[in-house]
Amino acid sequence: MKKPSDSRAPAQVSRRAMLAASTAALGLAGTRAAQAEQKPLTVSEWATQLGRPVDDHAYGVPSKFEAGVIRRRVDWLTATAESSVAFTPLAALEGIITPNGLGFIRDHGGTPDIDPAQHRLVIEGLVEKPLIFTLEDIKRFPRVNRIHFCECAANSAMENNGPQMQAVQYSHGMVHNAMYTGVLLKTLLEAVGLKPNAKYVMPEGGDASGLTRTIPLDKALDDCMIAYNMNGEALHPGHGYPMRLVVPGWQANMWVKWIRRIKVGDEPFMTHEETAKYTSLMKDGRSRMFTWPMDAKSVITSPAPEAPWMSKGQNVISGIAWSGRGTIKQVDVSLDGGKNWVKAQIEGPVLPFSMVRFYVNTDWNGDELLLQSRAHDNTGYVQPTKNMLRAIRGRSFNYHNNGIQTWQVRKIGEVNNVEVS
Amino acid sequence: MSKFRNFALAAIIALPSVAFAAEAAKPVSKVAAKDYGLGTPATLDMYKAYLIDVRPDGQGAPVGKGTVKEGEKLFGDQCSSCHGDFGEGVGKFPVLMGGEGTLTRDHPVKTIGSYWPYASTLFDYIDRAMPFPMPKSLTPDQVYSITDWLLNQNNIVKDDFVLTNENIGTIKMPNGNGFYMDDRKVAEKSFWNANACMKNCKPTVAVTAKAISLNDPPKDAKAAAK
Repeated sequence: MKKPSDSRAPAQVSRRAMLAASTAALGLAGTRAAQAEQKPLTVSEWATQLGRPVDDHAYGVPSKFEAGVIRRRVDWLTATAESSVAFTPLAALEGIITPNGLGFIRDHGGTPDIDPAQHRLVIEGLVEKPLIFTLEDIKRFPRVNRIHFCECAANSAMENNGPQMQAVQYSHGMVHNAMYTGVLLKTLLEAVGLKPNAKYVMPEGGDASGLTRTIPLDKALDDCMIAYNMNGEALHPGHGYPMRLVVPGWQANMWVKWIRRIKVGDEPFMTHEETAKYTSLMKDGRSRMFTWPMDAKSVITSPAPEAPWMSKGQNVISGIAWSGRGTIKQVDVSLDGGKNWVKAQIEGPVLPFSMVRFYVNTDWNGDELLLQSRAHDNTGYVQPTKNMLRAIRGRSFNYHNNGIQTWQVRKIGEVNNVEVS
Repeated sequence: MSKFRNFALAAIIALPSVAFAAEAAKPVSKVAAKDYGLGTPATLDMYKAYLIDVRPDGQGAPVGKGTVKEGEKLFGDQCSSCHGDFGEGVGKFPVLMGGEGTLTRDHPVKTIGSYWPYASTLFDYIDRAMPFPMPKSLTPDQVYSITDWLLNQNNIVKDDFVLTNENIGTIKMPNGNGFYMDDRKVAEKSFWNANACMKNCKPTVAVTAKAISLNDPPKDAKAAAK
């Protein structure tokens, strides 16, 4: 069996091994040990000797006991490791901010190592004055800080045809939430000035894939940003270093990383990523395109298949919710597969186009539970069931699966990904 | 491009909050130039190396031409190790041909011929992102030839068709009318529900399907049920 620190391990090992690895990673095994042992406390060895120097890791790393909390890739999912995805380990995370080293990465041509001194962003097309910017130029513009979720439109796509992934990391791990520092795209568009017939912008990546998308001008002028810092520090290469586009609430595919060009045009560009891909095939054989906002969605991140409860009695149901149409107003939790619901407690900041964290405290008697969560946003949208989505869309829509997730808490140490009637 | 006008019209109907064509009537810029004294004013020569986008009407297509015959040879050399000799796909790499009539089936085969709405997208994508390990290594004439061969392989152009920057905007794709603007606000209006049920929302609850293992491909819900 491979060690849990092997990034490919969970895709290749049994569910039992996965469970053991994940349980250890979350520290739950330790909790169980503490409850089993009834003996007097002793002074630990780490209390009687010096620890490591303060700069032992010049850039800090988590405790070695958290080695299983890592992004993971699913081998069979994609043809290559460069056009692929490494998923966020949601079950191990709390609050609403995803650490930069754990936020999912979806690349289409690998992660480039870009020298910021050589990187340029050009804004051209239907503009009064095309300009080329260096990173230093971009940093001299007025700054904003915004907390936003970033969700791949294909998040949960593997669940469209029935429950498949026995881990919330894989079923829902193409989402992260972070604070971005940068300049509003509106400010940059002011710097170049737009021609009267400008209607769309097309961001283009500076990586091997050169990813392009069409964004309507109203959105570009509303809240889009060119970000260079994420959660305080410079963007990591996998998140677009030295600069990326932030498109609040809209599919992550539009958040072009390593952005090298913005073209302003008067018609949609109909790029690969908005025609052949990221379009939703409906049951009548026609396809929705330009499905930009991510609908309200939530998921319980603990317990989860890789983070089962290890004790009866008081336990915390913890989850996340977000909406690309606005702000989360309410999250409901069901313990009985959607028959009855209670309002969850939303704990921490509630911001537009950002994750919220919700909790329900429960006294578990060990009986089977069918846990669900359901998000409401400030537009009145209520997260639908998977069957409600299928009734309208069919089963080949691929993108935008925001259906309600069910976790079967079967017994101590076992949580399953299921669907219910 | 009448197709574009249709898209724009659909956009107004489906997404009233996003103003598209409504702004076209006003000959006034939304964003007047404001001088921040930042950035380097650029002539076309300075950034033309980045100008590789091609629009459905052919705008942006570089001067050049290609043939089916040349495309077949190039595809064999540059593309077939991933996409197969005929574009049938190797392993998990994309299938590029066939799939006509499958879009309403349980397992639709989405290819250039069965799915892609524009020929321009094919040129643009090959030119910027292919061959996968060596993107941007093909000349415009090579990209025209490979695009031409792929269109021919999908029965969209004849064997002797010469694809050029002049005619790439005129190719009609089989599924060109198969797309419509996001209509979720209408088609999924029932999801906006002010009175979501909280108590006794359904008479019974049964587990209908269960994920069996981490490695299995997607299961039919009925087959996966225990």
